[in-house]
Amino acid sequence: MSKPSVKEVLLNPIFANNPIGLQILGICSALAVTSNLKTALVMSIALTLVTAFSNLFISMIRSQIPGSIRMIVQMVIIASLVIVVDQILRAYAFSLAKQLSVFVGLIITNCIVMGRAEAFAMQNPPGLSFMDGIGNGLGYSVVLLTLGVIRELFGAGKLFGVEIITLAKDGGWYVPNGLLLLPPSAFFLIGLLIWALRTWRTEQVEEPAFRMAQQVITKEAY
Amino acid sequence: MEHYLSLFVRAVFIENMALSFFLGMCTFIAISKKVETAIGLGIAVIVVQTITVPANNLIYTWLLRDGALAWAGLPDVDLSFLGLLSYIGVIAAIVQILEMLLDKYVPSLYNALGVFLPLITVNCAIMAGSLFMVERDYNLAESTVYGVGSGASWALAIALLAGIREKLKYSDVPAGLQGLGITFITIGLMSLGFMSFSGVQL
Repeated sequence: MSKPSVKEVLLNPIFANNPIGLQILGICSALAVTSNLKTALVMSIALTLVTAFSNLFISMIRSQIPGSIRMIVQMVIIASLVIVVDQILRAYAFSLAKQLSVFVGLIITNCIVMGRAEAFAMQNPPGLSFMDGIGNGLGYSVVLLTLGVIRELFGAGKLFGVEIITLAKDGGWYVPNGLLLLPPSAFFLIGLLIWALRTWRTEQVEEPAFRMAQQVITKEAY
Repeated sequence: MEHYLSLFVRAVFIENMALSFFLGMCTFIAISKKVETAIGLGIAVIVVQTITVPANNLIYTWLLRDGALAWAGLPDVDLSFLGLLSYIGVIAAIVQILEMLLDKYVPSLYNALGVFLPLITVNCAIMAGSLFMVERDYNLAESTVYGVGSGASWALAIALLAGIREKLKYSDVPAGLQGLGITFITIGLMSLGFMSFSGVQL
């Protein structure tokens, strides 16, 4: 395998190999924080930083980590980074930290961080791994922010808490779709997003496990 | 007694780990193609959750909480910032120990759960159980009940999803939605169904 270039590593995860859309990684904490844009943004920044730095540090010591305990070493590095992020949030944005509640802590078990550390940082030099972390963080952020914009704009008529569309109850014309603020809508939106992404990039479409046989008899079934 | 019962029901139905908090989604989607494996993983989650939540509760109350070290003569020490690191350590250790114990004493159960145990360390539902326990200030008894309940809620959800996906495999899904896309929409519908429990007053 040839060495991937920085540009490839940075841009591929955004659409071509999106962590949420294709690799099924990191969906866990992704959905609950997207009901408004602000928490989605904070979460994206936090995750991008944690992924980038954990990749950097793990890649730096990759030849020193014994294979049998590498999971624990990775876990400790990731957990320490998350603690730093958590403490910074608590110090400078306390109300936001309360809103995100346990989900900042859950970055530790977010499969993107662990997955990239295991799959990329263990084999590649620090600089490139750092870029890979940023790239995957961006891929995650794109999905998160898209969901955040759709859910907040059409669910509450606001973006970042600032009113964009005047709601019907305040004399405007828009009747908000309450479903978008509820948890299930995040699943529908991600499903549709994946559909859109795969219609654009058809090589990502999965083969069906079972295909219906073609109808061979000319008369209608009854 | 009634208090614990309502805590259990709330953990299983109203605050379902998978369907109302979206936790443990990665494994939830990846391992739900077959009912059998889904149930195996579900049981493993219940077992691990039942042990880890009370264990982390003990650690939090006696070591980490503000003033928790008073018994050691250090009433002013607040180690709660070490929480995340300790919980994940405890979870990883317990999963490892459980794996070894089962291998030694209950090989049949080990063979049934074997493949799934390591996966559980990185399952967010387990970690979240401990974090919610800390956030909501449960005591030891409450956290045990909550551990069983939240584990059961995740197991229930994955078994249901696997059942649906087994049937879904025979249906004609548009090409782009095939696989991951339709699974998300299915989970969305299930989650919508579980929302009806949120009206239950306890």
